[in-house]
Amino acid sequence: MDASVTLLDQLIAEGLLIRTGVEGLYGRSGVFEDVIVRFEALVSRVGGADGAEVIRFPPAMTRRQLETSGYMKSFPQLAGTVHSFCGGDHDHMDLLATLDEGGDWTQKQEATDIALTPAACYPLYPMVAAQGPLPPGGRLFDVQSYCFRHEPSADPARMQLFRMREYVRAGTAEEVQAFRQRWIERAEEMIASLDLPYEVVPANDPFFGRAGRMMKVNQREQGLKLEMVIPVANAQPTACLSFNYHQDHFAHTWGVRLADGGPAHTSCVGFGLERIALALFRHHGLDPAAWPDNVRRVLWG
Amino acid sequence: MNQQIHDIILAHAGLPAGVEITDETDLYRAGMKSFASVQLMLALEEAFDIEFPEEMLNRATFRSASAIERAVSQISSATLVA
Repeated sequence: MDASVTLLDQLIAEGLLIRTGVEGLYGRSGVFEDVIVRFEALVSRVGGADGAEVIRFPPAMTRRQLETSGYMKSFPQLAGTVHSFCGGDHDHMDLLATLDEGGDWTQKQEATDIALTPAACYPLYPMVAAQGPLPPGGRLFDVQSYCFRHEPSADPARMQLFRMREYVRAGTAEEVQAFRQRWIERAEEMIASLDLPYEVVPANDPFFGRAGRMMKVNQREQGLKLEMVIPVANAQPTACLSFNYHQDHFAHTWGVRLADGGPAHTSCVGFGLERIALALFRHHGLDPAAWPDNVRRVLWG
Repeated sequence: MNQQIHDIILAHAGLPAGVEITDETDLYRAGMKSFASVQLMLALEEAFDIEFPEEMLNRATFRSASAIERAVSQISSATLVA
C-alpha cells in the first residue's frame, strides 16, 4: 500500500467516514455504524449479567455541572459550551450585517446553560449524588454518549465528537477496584477474540499546562488510569479502552455517599467506540463482510 | 523559611480543619488532594520566586514540610550558583 495514503484517506474513499471540512468531525456510513452497534452488543453480552442500571443522557450537561465538576481546572482546552443568539430585532440586524460583511457574527452570541459532555459518565455523578446514599453493595451503571473534546486533528482516531460507552461503579474502595480489575481481564479476552493486538499500559489524562504536568505525574504514580492501546492510524498505538479509578474524587465534588454516610469511591471502564471500529477496519480491512470468520462470529453471531 | 512553608501549607494544601502538621507529617495522608498539591506548588513558586523543574513535579517533592524545604533550598541554591 502507498504509505502516503493514510487510513483516513482510505476510510473516506471507501465512504465509511464522510468529511465535513472540519478535522475530527465526520459523518459515518451504515457499514461503519453497524460495526459500532455490533461491538456495543458484544459489550452488553459481556457486562449485561452484572445488572447495570442503564442511563442515557443527551450529549450535553448543564454548564453549572461542568463548572462544579472541575473540568475547567484540568482540561480548559478541551471543553465546549453551547452559545446562542439572545438579542432582539436590532441585534439581529447587526448580526445579519456582520454575516454579510464576512465578519465574526458569533460575537453576538451568549453562553447558554448547556455544555457539551466531555466524557459519558460526567452527567451521571450529580444524578447519583442527588438520589441519596448508595445502597449496601453500591451501584453499577451503563452509560453511553457522544462526547465533545476540542482537539482538531488529522488523526481519524482523535475525533472532536465521538461515542464513549462506559460501565461505572460506585461503592467502597475495594468494590470499585475489584470492578476495575475484572473489566481489565474481560476487556483483554474481548479484544483478543476480535484478533486485535493490544497492550494494557499506565496512562494519564491530558491535564492542561504546567500544573497539569504534576496532575499527570500524580495520576501515573498512583496507578489511577490504565489504557488498553491498539495500533490504529499512527506509529504509536491508540488508547481504545480506559480503566479509571477516581478514588473518592466524586464524593468530594458531588457528595456521592456510601450507605453509612462515608465518601463513596468510583471507577469506570470506557470503550472508545469509534476508535475500536477504526482498529477493526485497520487490522481486518475496509469490508467487514471479508473480515476473518472468527471475528465475524464474535460480532455478528 | 520553615515557618513560611508551614503557613503556605496551611493556606493551600486543603487539609481538613484542625489538622496539625509537623515537618514530617505526610500531607497526602493528612488529606491533601491532587489538585491542592498543585495549588501548593504554585503558591510556593510565587512565595519563593522559584520554578520547580519538571523532574521535581511529583508527589515526593510535596509530601511533607521538610521535603518541600529541601526542594526549595535545592532550587534556590542552584539559582544562586547560576
